[in-house]
Amino acid sequence: MSLWDYANPKKFVETTTPLLPWIGGAAVGLVVLSLVWGFFFTPEAERFGSTVKILYVHVPSALMAINAWLMMLVASLIWLVRRHHVSALAAKAAAPVGVAMTVIALATGAIWGQPTWGTWWVWDPRLTSFLILFLFYLGYIALWEAIEDPDAAADLTSVLCMVGSVFAILSRYAVRFWNQGLHQGTSVPMATGGRTVSDVYFVPLLLAMAGFVLLFVWLVLLRTTAEIRVRRTSALATRARRAAEARS
Amino acid sequence: MIALLVRDLRLAVRAGGGFGLGLAFFLILVVLVPFGVGAEVGVLRAIAPGILWVGALLASLLSLDRIFALDWEDGALPLIATSPLPLEGVALVKALAHWLTTGLPLTLVAPVLGVLLNLAPSAYGWLVLALAIGTPALSVIGTFGAALTVGLKRGGLLLSLLVLPLYVPTLIYGAEAVRRGAEGQGGGAALALLAAITLGSVALLPFASAAALRVNLR
Repeated sequence: MSLWDYANPKKFVETTTPLLPWIGGAAVGLVVLSLVWGFFFTPEAERFGSTVKILYVHVPSALMAINAWLMMLVASLIWLVRRHHVSALAAKAAAPVGVAMTVIALATGAIWGQPTWGTWWVWDPRLTSFLILFLFYLGYIALWEAIEDPDAAADLTSVLCMVGSVFAILSRYAVRFWNQGLHQGTSVPMATGGRTVSDVYFVPLLLAMAGFVLLFVWLVLLRTTAEIRVRRTSALATRARRAAEARS
Repeated sequence: MIALLVRDLRLAVRAGGGFGLGLAFFLILVVLVPFGVGAEVGVLRAIAPGILWVGALLASLLSLDRIFALDWEDGALPLIATSPLPLEGVALVKALAHWLTTGLPLTLVAPVLGVLLNLAPSAYGWLVLALAIGTPALSVIGTFGAALTVGLKRGGLLLSLLVLPLYVPTLIYGAEAVRRGAEGQGGGAALALLAAITLGSVALLPFASAAALRVNLR
């Protein structure tokens, strides 16, 4: 029994279907808990006032927007190397979730930016590279939609995902070179070593991030099983049509 | 490889439209800008590097879908793919042909259009240099996009959606080099990074283009 057994679509659906309600319940529970905690039970920040509370949506969604692309990259590589269909379908399923996360991050960022910086949008490195990430997602989804043959679509989007990753990283450094920005440093201590946010805010933020991770996993699993079922239905329909043609 | 290059160049020149169209588009775009933003010399001078780069980028985008589409339609592409030349080489030659028919003319004509936009005198050298270094990257990236969308109906619109985000780093460094040149700071650092993008794209993207072509020819 190896991990690759789960690459069998049937096995995948059988394993994940009973898990889905649990993951979904945990995700929704954590998100609601952390947001309620964050919105109502944390003090207002000195400099930002109550606007700081949008942090609990902004940071986790931005985190997931990037990690969704990373997950798509890994899934694409698995598809290219080992040709497991579930992997390709998972990458396809993750893209719209990633887009949604990107839009949430951009929108909450704009809403947050308006009172704190006095403007909805600035051409700041972080904001700009996020906008470019959004464009990459759109191109990726559009390519999936445009190609009819599912295997060819999986191949081409995988190649696009790899090339896009390289250019997404490149864009990030390019825009930093081009413009110095307003966006404050990271709120998550892993990157910087020191903690920049006090514990009062940090605990619910951590919960919110965990909630968003689970939410992402849940949505991707849900969408992947849906994709598998769509694929199976169309295969059955094709078979039925062929049988009908053979009879006539 | 040279035979293929010569063939592509000859096709580009003889087929008409494709060759001069990019240049004409570039000219029109640059002419339209003063109408759009007002003909104030200071404003135009400030935005000239960016406008020239965006114009060059859009003009080279215009002819991208022709890279493989003509060969796809008349069935020559499978023949080229089965020739002894590796598909990576084909992609590179196609990109080179595209650059020779769009990137190079754009580079040569850009200083003239710079005059129209009152580009600062110190920036002309930087503009030509940046375009000469940067446009090959545009061609190679575009060839990859064209390879992805080769068999599709109405692939042109999708092509621009796929390719334009990939153009962002090239655009930023290219325009930055010209802007710094115009301010007299010297755009060496941006130019070096631009060269790095071009060399990296030329080295790696033909493999991605060839992979995409193989899938589409399957």
